[in-house]
Amino acid sequence: MTTQTHENNIIIQASDLSIYYGSFRAVKNVNLDIQRNKITAIIGPSGCGKSTVLRAFNRMNDFVQSAHNDGKILFHGQDIYAPEVDPVQVRQMIGMVFQKPNPFPKSIYENIAWGARINGYKGNMDELVENTLQAAALWDEVKDNLKKSALALSGGQQQRLCIARALAVKPEIILMDEPCSALDPIATLKIEDLMRELSVKYTIIIVTHNMQQAARASDRTAFFTMDEDRAGLMVEYGETSQIFTRPQDKRTEDYITGRFG
Amino acid sequence: MPRDTLTRQIHHLLDEVLLLGSMVEQATLSAMDILRQRDLKAAAILYENDQRINDKRFAIENAILILIATQQPMAHDLRLLAAMLEIITELERMGDYAKGIAKVTLHLKDADINIPNRDLERMANQSVNMLHRGLSAFVNEDPNEASAIAGEDAVVDDLYIRIYRHLVEAMIANPVTIDQYNQVMWVAHNLERMADRVTNICERTVFIATGDMLEMDTTDDEESDGE
Repeated sequence: MTTQTHENNIIIQASDLSIYYGSFRAVKNVNLDIQRNKITAIIGPSGCGKSTVLRAFNRMNDFVQSAHNDGKILFHGQDIYAPEVDPVQVRQMIGMVFQKPNPFPKSIYENIAWGARINGYKGNMDELVENTLQAAALWDEVKDNLKKSALALSGGQQQRLCIARALAVKPEIILMDEPCSALDPIATLKIEDLMRELSVKYTIIIVTHNMQQAARASDRTAFFTMDEDRAGLMVEYGETSQIFTRPQDKRTEDYITGRFG
Repeated sequence: MPRDTLTRQIHHLLDEVLLLGSMVEQATLSAMDILRQRDLKAAAILYENDQRINDKRFAIENAILILIATQQPMAHDLRLLAAMLEIITELERMGDYAKGIAKVTLHLKDADINIPNRDLERMANQSVNMLHRGLSAFVNEDPNEASAIAGEDAVVDDLYIRIYRHLVEAMIANPVTIDQYNQVMWVAHNLERMADRVTNICERTVFIATGDMLEMDTTDDEESDGE
């Protein structure tokens, strides 16, 4: 697939997206346009399908045998589930950072170099490692110890390494699934600052349980909840400043004021 | 229902704002009685007692800031607390107007001038009445009532114009009294500004209920205030 740019600034477009696990509909009829170079937060109660939607954006649900979709997810206007599309290439362009930092049990250097090598990177590897570690705001802390095991880093450093690893394959979008839930508040704020810097070059979509984090760190916020059949749905989507001060839907209001349930 | 602590503390703050409002109403009506009676002793006491209104305002402001810092209110809760910060400032300034009227009494002493007491008291009653109902509309989050109250500001403006003319005529008739009548002009001015500030409170009520920031009184020039 190509990465040609469209006139508009929509980089991902989910239309009438429903996601099933077997016969269970986990997400129904989501229409969500993700804007380029913005940080989009997806919030909502447990089970509302927000992580499921995030995983659909880079075909991670392919690994769940019973999972299948209705509707479309377009990346630069192209259906990422079209038969001719290679899911590995989708995941190269749309990377993912997970809840728990999961560096490879290898050196810091190899954590970056490994994926790039697999992807056929032929350039100067030292340069790539330095540049991505710089971009992930980790370079100054690790530059003298690149041979050290990644597992010896702190949780916050490990998570920034995972972000660097995702950047090393030159994605356009970085998906983050609760990236700070295992981190202390200072490490969390560092990641949020990093997200802001990264949004200059990348598009970021973050799923978070932490509403304050969504309010602090995102440009746009989508609120999901679930219906009586436990199918997740999107209730409201807008500028973060609007969602947290003047939500239009009572369900959003109840959730973000903490009066849900 | 979660958030009992936040909800309880917001209710407490609403009570405190109503209490501050009633202190301001009382001060305004007392200031008018004191002016009519030229009770210099009571005027001096009222002048000093404005400090209680100021203290109450700062206590409420402090409680609101603590609540924002500790409870991270969002959406409606956040709009309510932000509006409350504005409203207590409006009330505190209204307290200054009452203090200003007491100061006029202290200045006039027993000067023999013809004060339009009846019209001034009508102005004061109308402004205090608007304030009282404006705070009820705020607590009840009733944007329709708030809009209606804001519209009553015209009554106060009309009285102000009438009093203004009366005082200017009196000054022209007897220029020796210019200083004294000018002091009385401040009384009318303060009451007129008080009603404008009620309108501001009504604007905040609409904001809390709807999220819309409206300017209800387009004639409000937000000019400086007399004390």
